[in-house]
Amino acid sequence: MTSDHTTTWLFGRLDLSSLPIWQAIQSPAISELIAGAAAMIVIAGAIAVIAFITWLRAWRSLWTDWLTSTDHKRIGIMYCVLALVMMTRGVIEAVLMRAQQADGLSGGFLTPEHFAELFSTHGTIMIFFVAMPLVAGVINYIMPLQIGARDMSFPVMNQISLGLTATGAVLVMSSLVFGKFSTGSWAAYPPYTGLAFNPGPGPDYWIWSVAIAGIGTTLSGINFAVTIYKERAPGMTLFRMPLFCWTVLCTSIIMIFAMPPLTVATLMLAADRYLDFHFFTNDLGGNMMNYVNLFWLFGHPEVYLLVLPAYGIISEVVATFSGKRLYGYTSLVYATMAIAVLSFCVWLHHFFTMGQSANVNIAFGIASMCIAVPTGVKVYDWMATMYRGRIRMTVPMIYVTGFFILFVIGGLTGVILANPTITYQVHNTLFLVAHFHNVIIPGVVFGLLAGIHYWFPKAFGFRLHEGWGRVSALLWIFGFSFAFLPLYVVGLMGMPRRSANFNDPAFEPLMLAALFGAALVLSALAALVIQIWVSVRDRDKLAAPLGDPWNGRTLEWATPSPPPHYNFAVLPQVKDRDDFAAAKANGRAFADTANYGDITMPKNTALGMIICAAATLLGMALVWYIWWLAMLSVLTIVVAFVARTFMLDTTYTIPADEISREHRAWLARVRAASPITRDRETDDVNQGLAVLELPETLKASR
Amino acid sequence: MRHPGINLGEHHGEAHDQAETLVFGFWVFLMSDLIIFGLMFAIYVTMANPVGMAGGPGPKDVFDLTSVFIQTMILLTSSLTFGIASLAMRHEQGRGRIALWLGVTLALGLGFLGFEARDFANMIGMGAGPSRSGFLSAFWGLVPLHGLHVSAGCIWIVVMLIQMRTFGMIPIVKTRLLRLGLFWHFLDLIWVGIFTIVFLAGISA
Repeated sequence: MTSDHTTTWLFGRLDLSSLPIWQAIQSPAISELIAGAAAMIVIAGAIAVIAFITWLRAWRSLWTDWLTSTDHKRIGIMYCVLALVMMTRGVIEAVLMRAQQADGLSGGFLTPEHFAELFSTHGTIMIFFVAMPLVAGVINYIMPLQIGARDMSFPVMNQISLGLTATGAVLVMSSLVFGKFSTGSWAAYPPYTGLAFNPGPGPDYWIWSVAIAGIGTTLSGINFAVTIYKERAPGMTLFRMPLFCWTVLCTSIIMIFAMPPLTVATLMLAADRYLDFHFFTNDLGGNMMNYVNLFWLFGHPEVYLLVLPAYGIISEVVATFSGKRLYGYTSLVYATMAIAVLSFCVWLHHFFTMGQSANVNIAFGIASMCIAVPTGVKVYDWMATMYRGRIRMTVPMIYVTGFFILFVIGGLTGVILANPTITYQVHNTLFLVAHFHNVIIPGVVFGLLAGIHYWFPKAFGFRLHEGWGRVSALLWIFGFSFAFLPLYVVGLMGMPRRSANFNDPAFEPLMLAALFGAALVLSALAALVIQIWVSVRDRDKLAAPLGDPWNGRTLEWATPSPPPHYNFAVLPQVKDRDDFAAAKANGRAFADTANYGDITMPKNTALGMIICAAATLLGMALVWYIWWLAMLSVLTIVVAFVARTFMLDTTYTIPADEISREHRAWLARVRAASPITRDRETDDVNQGLAVLELPETLKASR
Repeated sequence: MRHPGINLGEHHGEAHDQAETLVFGFWVFLMSDLIIFGLMFAIYVTMANPVGMAGGPGPKDVFDLTSVFIQTMILLTSSLTFGIASLAMRHEQGRGRIALWLGVTLALGLGFLGFEARDFANMIGMGAGPSRSGFLSAFWGLVPLHGLHVSAGCIWIVVMLIQMRTFGMIPIVKTRLLRLGLFWHFLDLIWVGIFTIVFLAGISA
């Protein structure tokens, strides 16, 4: 073997020229410099994180308390951290794209290829590595607490899901340092992403990051669904579950059925690119419409997968901060189920213009419009919940208000787009970009941010700073409005989406308005970071360890904040919907008991991290054609998995003494504390114990 | 029996209780896997036409129905032998008997894979590899995917035979055997679809 052969064998097609930093040195134009700087930021960021953890001497605690933990609460927090890191990158990319288009009349400062890379990574990251992990994170933390469970049904599989999601995120981040990401958008349509037109590593990065993370999401879906069906506390019938859990059930059903089409589509595209298959090629009988159908067979249910938990969060937030039982609970359940079912019947509206007959288009158009009906039911139910309620405009409620106004606009433009004839006019314009951002940001992001503010004191034992939260929420709302409402107008004026530049001066003012909006969104993100910083700094003042800072209604508030590993000292006996509210009203909350028992909990395991590391190496090896490493990684995954099945000692027992001691200590603090009224909810005095304020209905029932 | 997938019974104690969640979870996983196969079938059907064949060989040129029939019989028999192993476990007829029938199942699985590999080699030999046409890509996407599942099932049987020997018939081993059984019968079901839709429909078209 010559040295050249050895290098190829060792490193595949990875060489110096594939590094953006090297390219920036070779030809320092603005576009290359930005790519090189991004690579430097990733490297510097990684080094900074390593240095920071070393400085904190936190490696051991990071490993034993977090990375190897099977606790659903810790896994949930790690999902959220991952999502917020990725969101930072996604927002910065968005600002770059807005800046490019604001300058688009004179050609902009980015090459069209770099711009294409930006919208591809932005879309991929925001959907797969921001929205999905945030949803998975909040579900992980909250759902088992709300149904009165000690953990997920499959805690180790839960950890593996997190590992696979992180793998996908790491692959996308690596593409900044090694080579280039795809330029084929987040949907990666062949034949453009096929080998004939795109031989480089870009589409391979997309394929493996999405495929690996997608498998993790399928496993999450199985875990969530089984947990809801099998782990509910005694008395927690399905129709006593908090509405968030219903939306989680629907979301997990969507995960189970809608992620496989994505897996199939990505692996087929991989077969085309790696093994000379002809699923989607132009020649030899390939059929790229199969890809489009498979992708949107996943892609449409996906948006409901994201938004349903947000609806669930909004239901919880509205009920709590109105001090009322949720209006129309049953109708909300049926509406959620109806949306979940309908979400599988509308995928074709993503490609009305791609050659179906008018009749097929009409059928899917009508199905798409039908989704507005259950969604409308929900919005009215939420408004009716607020009607004559004890409303407090805390940060979550500000987000929810933004949601009400903006999401309804997004939904209405969706109904407009559901009409195939209108789609023919506006398809592939910025009108569409405005529409889907208008449902995803006010819908999914605002919902999740409301949820994070609402449940943060539960997870960490202190509230988030109210003032900075308000600043951030208002900046999000106005930033979104400035960034995307103008895009409806330029879209109707005919500006195509994904254009690096344009030559109609009429677009210019609106593009500048959109850039201003993007700057506001960036400041909103900065305010969020400051808010977290200030809250951590002032955590003693903001502490609410007793567990119930908002006069909550559901079981998660019946635990200390943060809850112990086993969640509930004694499994709750559920007697009512909104059981904790009923328990407080009837005086059976915070009760001591004589029957503490030993609790068996799953032990920590390194399996998830081993699989994460091996899957990351596998992805990199496949992208760069390093075959020895690919085989080694697959072997590692299989061996680790089989070896795990030989370990029988996977649980440990917490003795009843310890549990009763911890629980009674918390109860003693609750009894000693002075409860506060809702007027002082956001003051420092809020230790997490609420004065009983009986809503009319409960008064009547007593 | 509280659950159709559980053939243990109350006297199996802890194994029976665990099975409720574990087996249900596995059913859900199989449902997800079934979607993957369903989509592969759908893609195959859209490509099994002259456009998809792109002037290359069609079903009648490449399928060896005799061999496929033998494979079908082998796989169906293996489901029967796995069923006997499951009954031996349910009625606690001893580890040796369960291992014997699992061994027979494993041999049949390997036999199936042997015949299948021979057919694949023949197809490559006659220039009917996946690179020839979209139709053949769809075939090579679907049928070897089932073969890959059977291979995974065979490895799983070997692992279970080792675990039965090292750990004895402890609860977790029993519930794993239950899940392996579901997996094995599921693959049989998929094969019935492949035999009908890919081979019989292909030859008769």
